[in-house]
Amino acid sequence: MEQQLPVFIVGAPLLFSVIVPILGRKWRLSAFVIAVGTVAVSAVASALSLERVLRDGTFRYYLGGWEPPVGIEWVIDEVSAVVSLVVTSVSLLVVISTRRWAEREAGDRPGIFYGLVLLLLAGLTGIVITGDLFNLFVFLEIASLAAYGLVFIGGRRAMLAGFRYLIIGSIGGAFYLLGVGFIYFATGTLNMIEARQLLEEAESVRAVQVGAVFIFTGLGLKMALVPMHLWLPDAYEHAPSSVNSLIAPVMTKVAAYAMLRMFLSVFPAGYLSGTVPIADALLILGLVGIVFGSVAAAGQTDIRRMLAYSSISQLAFIAVGIGLGTPLALAAALLHVVNHAAMKATLFLATASVRFRVGLQRTHNLAGLGPRMPLTMGAFAVGSVAMVGIPPTAGFFSKWYMVQAGVAEGQWVVVAVVLLSSLLTAVYLFKVLEQVYLRPAKPEPSAHHNDEHDSPADSAVQPAEQEAMRPVVERAREAPLDVWLPIVLLGAATVVLGVLNVVIMEHVLLPGVEVS
Amino acid sequence: MNETTASALPLAAVLVPVGAALLASLTTGRWPNLRDAWATLAGIAMVVIAVLMLTDTLDGRIHRTVLLELSPGIDVALRADPAGMIFGLLVSVLWVLAGVYAVGYMRGEHEQKQTRFFAAFALSIAAAAGVALAENLLTFVLFYELLSLFTYPLVTHRETETALVAGRKYLAYTLSGGLMLIGATAWLHVLGVDATFTAGGFLGGVELDSATQWGLFVLLAGGVGVKAGVMPLHSWLPSAMVAPTPVSALLHAVAVVKAGVFGMVRVGVFVFGAALLDDMGAWLVLAVMSAGTLLIASILALRHDNLKRRLAYSTISHLSYIVLGVALIGPLALTGALLHIVGHGVTKITLFFVAGAIHVRTHKENVSELDGIGRQMPITMGSFALASLSMVGIPPFILFTSKLYLGWGAVEVGQQAFLMVYLVSGLIASGYLFPIVIRAFLRSSPDHTRYGEADVRMVAPIAVTAVLALVWGIAPDLPLGFFELASTVADAAFPQSVALAGGTS
Amino acid sequence: MIDEVAARFPYWATAVLIVVGLYGMIGKRSLVKQVIGLSIFQSAIILFFVSGSLLEGATLPILYSVHGVAEHVDPDDYVNPLPHVLMLTAIVVGVAITGVALSFLVSIYREFGTLDEREMLDEMRK
Repeated sequence: MEQQLPVFIVGAPLLFSVIVPILGRKWRLSAFVIAVGTVAVSAVASALSLERVLRDGTFRYYLGGWEPPVGIEWVIDEVSAVVSLVVTSVSLLVVISTRRWAEREAGDRPGIFYGLVLLLLAGLTGIVITGDLFNLFVFLEIASLAAYGLVFIGGRRAMLAGFRYLIIGSIGGAFYLLGVGFIYFATGTLNMIEARQLLEEAESVRAVQVGAVFIFTGLGLKMALVPMHLWLPDAYEHAPSSVNSLIAPVMTKVAAYAMLRMFLSVFPAGYLSGTVPIADALLILGLVGIVFGSVAAAGQTDIRRMLAYSSISQLAFIAVGIGLGTPLALAAALLHVVNHAAMKATLFLATASVRFRVGLQRTHNLAGLGPRMPLTMGAFAVGSVAMVGIPPTAGFFSKWYMVQAGVAEGQWVVVAVVLLSSLLTAVYLFKVLEQVYLRPAKPEPSAHHNDEHDSPADSAVQPAEQEAMRPVVERAREAPLDVWLPIVLLGAATVVLGVLNVVIMEHVLLPGVEVS
Repeated sequence: MNETTASALPLAAVLVPVGAALLASLTTGRWPNLRDAWATLAGIAMVVIAVLMLTDTLDGRIHRTVLLELSPGIDVALRADPAGMIFGLLVSVLWVLAGVYAVGYMRGEHEQKQTRFFAAFALSIAAAAGVALAENLLTFVLFYELLSLFTYPLVTHRETETALVAGRKYLAYTLSGGLMLIGATAWLHVLGVDATFTAGGFLGGVELDSATQWGLFVLLAGGVGVKAGVMPLHSWLPSAMVAPTPVSALLHAVAVVKAGVFGMVRVGVFVFGAALLDDMGAWLVLAVMSAGTLLIASILALRHDNLKRRLAYSTISHLSYIVLGVALIGPLALTGALLHIVGHGVTKITLFFVAGAIHVRTHKENVSELDGIGRQMPITMGSFALASLSMVGIPPFILFTSKLYLGWGAVEVGQQAFLMVYLVSGLIASGYLFPIVIRAFLRSSPDHTRYGEADVRMVAPIAVTAVLALVWGIAPDLPLGFFELASTVADAAFPQSVALAGGTS
Repeated sequence: MIDEVAARFPYWATAVLIVVGLYGMIGKRSLVKQVIGLSIFQSAIILFFVSGSLLEGATLPILYSVHGVAEHVDPDDYVNPLPHVLMLTAIVVGVAITGVALSFLVSIYREFGTLDEREMLDEMRK
């Protein structure tokens, strides 16, 4: 039974992603219930796997009993187990929290919506635990296909954004596949562990170098590494709230994880630094991305778009960690994968909850919301503080370890930029907090403007409420329990993850990084 | 001679204000009296805890709490060492008074969102207590950052455009300072240095090249220098005066800025230590910058008509007294600097309290409007006069004692030039404070409105702090042993030289 | 130069197809042409894999046993089957993506009445 855990992590969502749409046609509620149950199974299996890894060390699962190099193997080590746990548990909370408006946004076809969610999750967990280069491609495309579909259902604007996301995402996937092809023809294997051993000797082979560049480009596109980020803001802004709360915390994070996996398990440390310095490229693009993402975020008025640019900045932070490449830097990057999943889920969910309650998402319209939605906005505030990186919240510790890694390597620019990023994050998030807590509610914002986003006629607000002359914010009430509880849990998680970071670092991430 | 005992008291000192904040949030609105009582009760509890630890600290038994591992190899640990006790005692005593005062002020001004105010206020005190009792650099940074965060809603409390702009500036400055400290702490950790504060400096015995030493010095001194208001990092402080007066009084004259100068003491004495500062020549940089700040800020204080702004510049000037005292690296100067933390705290809080009381009663903010106010508010303005005397350094007030030691310390290390700086600045202080007293008492009021004294909840704390400035000047050890604590720190920091002060015992 | 191209003909063919595909996806306003570009791009990669497994004079990777047991198996006699198998999967993935893209196009056409990107943007601004 214990040996079969990986099947539950990936297989359960994959299986039910087909069943849910069928059942959902007939029994609407069943779609949600089954989806939550499946995600919970996947999360529990991840937790059990993590427990087993911590007890017995890395274990492998041979798909269909075929051992590598013939068969595909899944590898559960500390790193993949913890990332899988984070992905599934964050998804679980998000799915529960967004139930009330997910179905409405999904065009009243809950079966399709939850089917896609499960498919997405199957792809993401598959990427996380696979130990095979080609298998990773397949899961990457499964996850991406589900994500394209989920973004696309967000209405008129989302259609074009979703289509562009599909085109660019497919280019990324195809580049990755091309790179894998080069690696395969140079080494004759697709198994990551075996490839690593064979690649040691093949450093000067041209095909390996070209392949590495293609893999880097492909995954760079998927993880929205600057300057390959252009698809992300549109996709996140226009996607349904229930969807961007799900894909923003986990989707790009998993792509970043895949990139990290390449540097952790496939390319030996310092690989190719003489010929095609992809690690240095990651480092430099990461540094540029941190600054660019934050500055761009500060200029946004739509809070979802702001958070999207913030994601670009945070992903660039992870790229910096991968680029530095020392065990501490990789562990810091992984810690940020975990932390940022919790923080961004909090922020996006709180934003979605506000949109659901009052139909507003422009930063300057949120004035006075703090006291009216105390729990939601409280979680938002805690999440923001964590993003800025005030100790002892989670965000502080990713920065703390990254700064140490930078100092240890003598990379002073990294140290400076990582520290500066804290301040830049504060600029755009405190701008929102200032509105939410320190400014009085404004009168009706939609009287004369024709911005379809913020008009109370938006699908999230009842038409009857439109007639009231009081400011929209004044009518705001706290979201229902099943909405705010997951948000508050995630907000609390950003503090708990920070306080308990030593446990994660010492027992999970650092050993995981050093073993590989 | 020093032994540490595991004890929950240091933790309790930090948690009591947190509890007060929680209780204040829970008893919001419906029972305002109960809500406001929590702060005072918690303040008294904190003083009791501090006094319990004090006797042991003076006997060389240091209470210590280890909380949890915050980063591999680094614990969050609190301990009641003599230096920390000075700051902790000062904050808790003044919090009791400010707590009483704040009730009168907030009600008198009909301020909004009082619950948020009291909760954030208490949390800031908790963070300040954490700064005081932090055992190592990371713990210090943790509370230092939290202090910035919790005081932000207080600075922006009025929610006006000016307040929001001031708040942004405040965050930008203090967060930058915190980031410098984080950078330095990470750097030290990578170097493998155990960053536990040690009298005489934990860097003293560590082999480092000169660039590293200077890099660390710039980051650490810069990081605490922001809150200490050392020019050119000071400009957040006058802007932050838009906050309600209890905030300006307790936080921006005592807790926050003193966290900065206290950090400077930690950096100068407990991180680098006298020998290393001397070797590097870093003391001179610090001394020149603080001497410059001291003079320029005094002169700037002269030309501000707004009372709170004038006091803010006076604060900047006096903070640099302390920084300069640290930079002079002598036992007497250090004793003086630590006493100055106490003395300036109790004196400046009086002045700010008075400014707030005047505003509540008369809505006047400018010095030029205060003609004749002394005869209408005799206790208030009388206290102001006493505090002014202390501020200028007239015996037997506490700031005379501390300045005496500071000046003495300058002579001790052969830096008579800095003695002159102290003296000149004292003269300028009389220039920006005495005219206010003279106006208040000797000129006649231009309008015919008769203002009486403010609410008793405001007047009583004012009188108490003014009297404390006098009592501590005559007997600094009474009853909290500030002088003994300060000389203990100085003895530990300079073990080879026999401090002339030698302790009063 | 020509020798170089001839010697590595499959690489060059792949490169040309990739460029054509990328041009279609990025350079064309018509969404249909973008999907066509995507297909060309994917085909290029499939061709790359298949041509990479090609071996002069080799045969199908099926073991012919003479007396029940295979004797003298020389890998050089057989074409590598793995890339072909992989490409079967990749073709499925590609078809799925194209299918999803086409279904997007149907929805977009119903909503906007056009498949021209610029016209769509104009439409959205209204």
